[in-house]
Amino acid sequence: MKRIKQQCFGVIMLVIVTLLGWGVAPAMADEFTQEDLNRWESEYMSVVKQGRKVFTDGKLGTNGVACAQCHPNASNTHPETYPKFQKQLGKVVAIWEMINWCIRNPLEGKNLAADDPRMVAMQAYILHERRGVKLQPGKH
Amino acid sequence: MSKSFTRRDFIKSTSALTAASTLPISMVELAFADSSQNFTFAHISDSHIQHIKGTKFVRNWDRGLIRAVAETNLLNPKPDFVIYGGDLAQLGSKPELDRGAEIMSALNYKTYYSMGEHDYYEDLGEYWSKLFGKHYYSFDHKGVHFVVLNSILTYDEWTYDRWPTGKQRMLEMAGIDNPNGSPFMVGEKQRNWLQKDLAKVNKSTPLVVISHSPLQKIWKGWNFWTEDAEEVQELLKPFKKTTVIYGHVHQIQYNQIGNISFHAVMATAWPWPYPATYAQAEQYLPKLTIPMNRADPFHERDATGWQFINMGNGNVDMHYTLNENASRTVAFNTKTGQPEDMGYQAENNRIPPQSHY
Repeated sequence: MKRIKQQCFGVIMLVIVTLLGWGVAPAMADEFTQEDLNRWESEYMSVVKQGRKVFTDGKLGTNGVACAQCHPNASNTHPETYPKFQKQLGKVVAIWEMINWCIRNPLEGKNLAADDPRMVAMQAYILHERRGVKLQPGKH
Repeated sequence: MSKSFTRRDFIKSTSALTAASTLPISMVELAFADSSQNFTFAHISDSHIQHIKGTKFVRNWDRGLIRAVAETNLLNPKPDFVIYGGDLAQLGSKPELDRGAEIMSALNYKTYYSMGEHDYYEDLGEYWSKLFGKHYYSFDHKGVHFVVLNSILTYDEWTYDRWPTGKQRMLEMAGIDNPNGSPFMVGEKQRNWLQKDLAKVNKSTPLVVISHSPLQKIWKGWNFWTEDAEEVQELLKPFKKTTVIYGHVHQIQYNQIGNISFHAVMATAWPWPYPATYAQAEQYLPKLTIPMNRADPFHERDATGWQFINMGNGNVDMHYTLNENASRTVAFNTKTGQPEDMGYQAENNRIPPQSHY
């Protein structure tokens, strides 16, 4: 009698686990669905879009000048070449440091923190416009 | 045969400006039947004077135009006149156009203005007209016929029906990579005028056409483009020596299509990348063009400048006076029948910063 009870319990548990596993979320860390992929892509694209907004915003600095004025479609920013040695800064820099240089100088504004959402968004936009170009870190 | 020589005394050496003594302008003069008819003119363009608020303007763009005006005043021999190639203002406002006009008023020469989209789309050129006159016109100078076109018009629907305010219309056109923009064109009305204007001119008269947009189709994405370029070129075709000089692109470009030579001019404000540097679309550059050097952003005036133009042979010899960079000369080669860079045209003469990516 006790043995039958145990078997029933085992079957019920198996059914519950199976239902939870397949119906609600992937059971394993290395499994993801098309739905996940779509969501991640749309999160990324919304940040790219936000980046385009910051990149064309005259209010990023103090003088009304926007990044896109000199860099239409974020061209001539060469994100694939960073980090690289920037002789005028005297050291190897990541692209966000160069973006801050532009904010301070042509835009007459103040540095953004490296993890400022606007800085992340601008890098997403710049790299998105440059997608498909091979990485060439250090290239001048 | 052509002879070339360098005129180191081209800029008045007596000038107090240190910049003047270092300006390396090499002048190439080609043999011309009647050398008394030789003349020169200067071309300044794309200053984008940008209002911040009150009495404040973007310093960087101001300095570019102030420098070009000062250097043009120092030219010796003096140019016969100056052409302004358009985009004096950034957003076509009265304060911007007024400030631009004030800086330009320091020029010691008669100046002819042409319209850029940044001057136009706020009020469709109304205030600009009060300052500078007609939107398109022609004039004759020492046997050369000059035509100034307003080439930055676009479709009526876009201009008149699409935007709630002039200000928004101007903002939409101001971003060259804005997908809400619209392609430039000369338009039928002006082409009809041009046809009538040219009908009076002998076909062997050298012709110089000033426009803001290229009058050739380079890339539509950034409006390096004129929608009715072919129709305009058709009207220019019968003339033996025709040169189109255009602004807008903020970079060195030159080309030859049939009898027509094309030259772009530098901006005094900031340089633009060549279209091919945009990785997401296929674009073209005239094969003939040797690009200007890649701009160094740490040098504020690098890859900006103005032009001194020699009309010695009825074609254009374009001298790019480049701030913080070696000057360039693109002159008409009578042997090959096309404009060529005097220093860099040959494949093995190119230098590394001329490759853009």
